[in-house]
Amino acid sequence: MVEQTTDYKKHITESIVWEILETVKDPEIPVLSVVDMGMITAVQIRNPISEIQIAEITMTPTFVGCPAIDVIKKSIREEVLKLGFDEVEVKVDFETTWTSDRMRSEAKIKLEKFGLAPPPLIEGELTEEQLNNVRCPHCRSTDTTLRSAFGSTLCRAIRFCFSCKQGFEQFKPV
Amino acid sequence: MNNEALKDLLYKMADDALIIGHRNSEWTGIGPMLEEDLAFSSMAQDKIGHAVALYKILHEVLGEADPDTLGFKREEKDFKCCQFIEQPIGEYDFSIVRQFLFDHAEHIRYELLTQSSFQPLAQLAKKIRGEIKYHVMHADTFIKQLGNGTEESKARLQSSLNHAWPFALGIFEKSEFESALIEAEVFVGEDELKKRWLLKISPVLESANLKIPAINESKIVYGGRKGFHSEYLKPLLEEMTEVLRTDINAEW
Repeated sequence: MVEQTTDYKKHITESIVWEILETVKDPEIPVLSVVDMGMITAVQIRNPISEIQIAEITMTPTFVGCPAIDVIKKSIREEVLKLGFDEVEVKVDFETTWTSDRMRSEAKIKLEKFGLAPPPLIEGELTEEQLNNVRCPHCRSTDTTLRSAFGSTLCRAIRFCFSCKQGFEQFKPV
Repeated sequence: MNNEALKDLLYKMADDALIIGHRNSEWTGIGPMLEEDLAFSSMAQDKIGHAVALYKILHEVLGEADPDTLGFKREEKDFKCCQFIEQPIGEYDFSIVRQFLFDHAEHIRYELLTQSSFQPLAQLAKKIRGEIKYHVMHADTFIKQLGNGTEESKARLQSSLNHAWPFALGIFEKSEFESALIEAEVFVGEDELKKRWLLKISPVLESANLKIPAINESKIVYGGRKGFHSEYLKPLLEEMTEVLRTDINAEW
């Protein structure tokens, strides 16, 4: 590990860690950070002995079988280490259940611009209406239909727009 | 709570998920249409992810071996999956009927487990049930479409349902730990699950003009939960671990 000067370390606060986490992107959706996605559930800085500073980041996976998890964990560790911590521990647990409602509202705008229809707010049980009322990210028509609940990644569904006659993908509400 | 009972429940759920995940993956590249190829491949990925998460609880909370060892290095007799999910994928009609019957049972199982007194499982169940909801929706759509389709599609579904039924009832085979799990409020039990499952699938089958076959209790295919498997599990495990066995200690 690279040695860091101690006074430098003393200035690292949790909010600086949150800021750097904004630069860690989800590899399957490169326009969104792990914070946008609502994947980070806790950030803690510990000093087990003075002079030693450890960051502990807790995250919750979007989909249980998401193959990107290990890559995301690794990128989080690498980025946060750059702040000068002696160690960065990234913990994955299900204590907080990830649902698409955890996604920030700005993130949903970014998603739509990226060409992926964002998930609607579920607030409880997913309803038929929430599943069907999806706006096409290309022409903004809501005259669309579900082609397949499964798309190119676990978090996407395939839809078709009758207005612009194009297929598009949606980030699934879960 | 006795740990052996918890382990038994987790093993059967994890093994079901791993083996059906492997079966689903066999549709990759040969699905009857692109969307179905993707659907079965995605469901495979989900299921294998669920299996890993369950093996992790076994490893981290209950002191069993690590997930890779549990998934890939156990003997056939150590697997607790039901015989239903070991059966070959057959033609598409069998696979979709199996998915329908199995995933509804699984969806309800996770729903019930969100109330489990065993916290690690209750937390995971909350997460997984949202994912399986899509598996169930997928199956319902095709059961209804094909059941109301052509004479051939109807006949094929009904014949697959007849074949699948005795196996499907084997999902609810009880183990020696059944009453311990119920008493400790870990799980409400297989009878309750089966009751809810029948209530859930019956109207869908009805709207698809399909009839639940009447079968004698003695025809139900049990054994899987106790480590007795059909002739199909061993070849599946051999195929699944073929690469691993070329160099058992390789680091990946």
